[in-house]
Amino acid sequence: MAQVLTRSPEKLKTGSNAFKDFKEGARDTFPLLVGALPFGIIFGTLAAANGLSFAATLGMSIFVFAGSAQFIALGMIGAGTAWPLIVATTFIVNLRHMLYCATLLPWLTKMRLKWQIPLCFWLTDETFAVAVRRYQDGDKDHDHRWYHLGSSLAMYSNWLACTYIGLAAGQRFPQITEYGLDFAMPATFIGMLIPYLKNRAMWAAVLISGLVSILAFTMPHKLGLMCAAFAGIAGGIFVESKFKEDK
Amino acid sequence: MNEIYLIAGMMAVTFFTRYALVPLSGKMTFSKRLERVLSYVPPAVLSAIIVPSVMIPDGANINLTLDNAYLVGAIITCIAGWLTKNLLATIVLGMTGFLLYQWILMG
Repeated sequence: MAQVLTRSPEKLKTGSNAFKDFKEGARDTFPLLVGALPFGIIFGTLAAANGLSFAATLGMSIFVFAGSAQFIALGMIGAGTAWPLIVATTFIVNLRHMLYCATLLPWLTKMRLKWQIPLCFWLTDETFAVAVRRYQDGDKDHDHRWYHLGSSLAMYSNWLACTYIGLAAGQRFPQITEYGLDFAMPATFIGMLIPYLKNRAMWAAVLISGLVSILAFTMPHKLGLMCAAFAGIAGGIFVESKFKEDK
Repeated sequence: MNEIYLIAGMMAVTFFTRYALVPLSGKMTFSKRLERVLSYVPPAVLSAIIVPSVMIPDGANINLTLDNAYLVGAIITCIAGWLTKNLLATIVLGMTGFLLYQWILMG
């Protein structure tokens, strides 16, 4: 059954709840901040070793704000890759945001431009996971944009602070990069993934995506990530249609 | 200055992936079917990021042995997630387990 959503910006009620929503969004993002913290610090500490200047490292966190893409860029800078290739790889690594954006469209399209632009700029894996749950499971008549903004700003301020701490720490204790703090990213993402494993179809999506990500790992410019994601989505749909009762 | 081109380029393509569908969406309709497809996006993407980062920790060779602290750490994190059903506890226990195991490995 096709469902057409209204496109015109409409007023939903926020009222005096705006600040409360904002705080809840930030609060619900807190566990993910703990995971992003070592990851951001490690980014800052690794920057100098890979030949990125202090200002450019901070600038990248301020203007790009994409953790995994920034890490990959750092590795490529260290390997002496030309900047257009790094930009192309960034694009592919971040294509997953288009899928996130598509998922959030029913709510984003009800907002005005001054909300759409910042919420899209601050879209991350973490804020997406937090916000989409609230949009889908929260009160349908309530406007959750302040909640979404609270999550976004919590992630952004945390990331900037961590980058700065990492830059400062990297100058004083260069050996900090050897402690394996980069495990924070997989640990956080595993924590985000587990609640989705509710039925056979979700399991299929996760297992197929994981398998393909290994098989397609050698593809250039990290294209394997998108191949794996699409294979996982297709696998999930296939299993869902096979086991209707499982839904 | 190359760093400026690099950051401007990365910023442009990243913002594009996060925003481009919004102005286009007026021409799209959302079917129930598409919504179902999109529900698989987060787990599939997360899995595609997690699996290589723990099974290919050096970015070149698949390592499925107990020498791979990332893999063992990931298993510990999964168990912690399964038992606690709590995001913060999962991340903290997973990190702690990883760091301890790595410390044991280094002897």
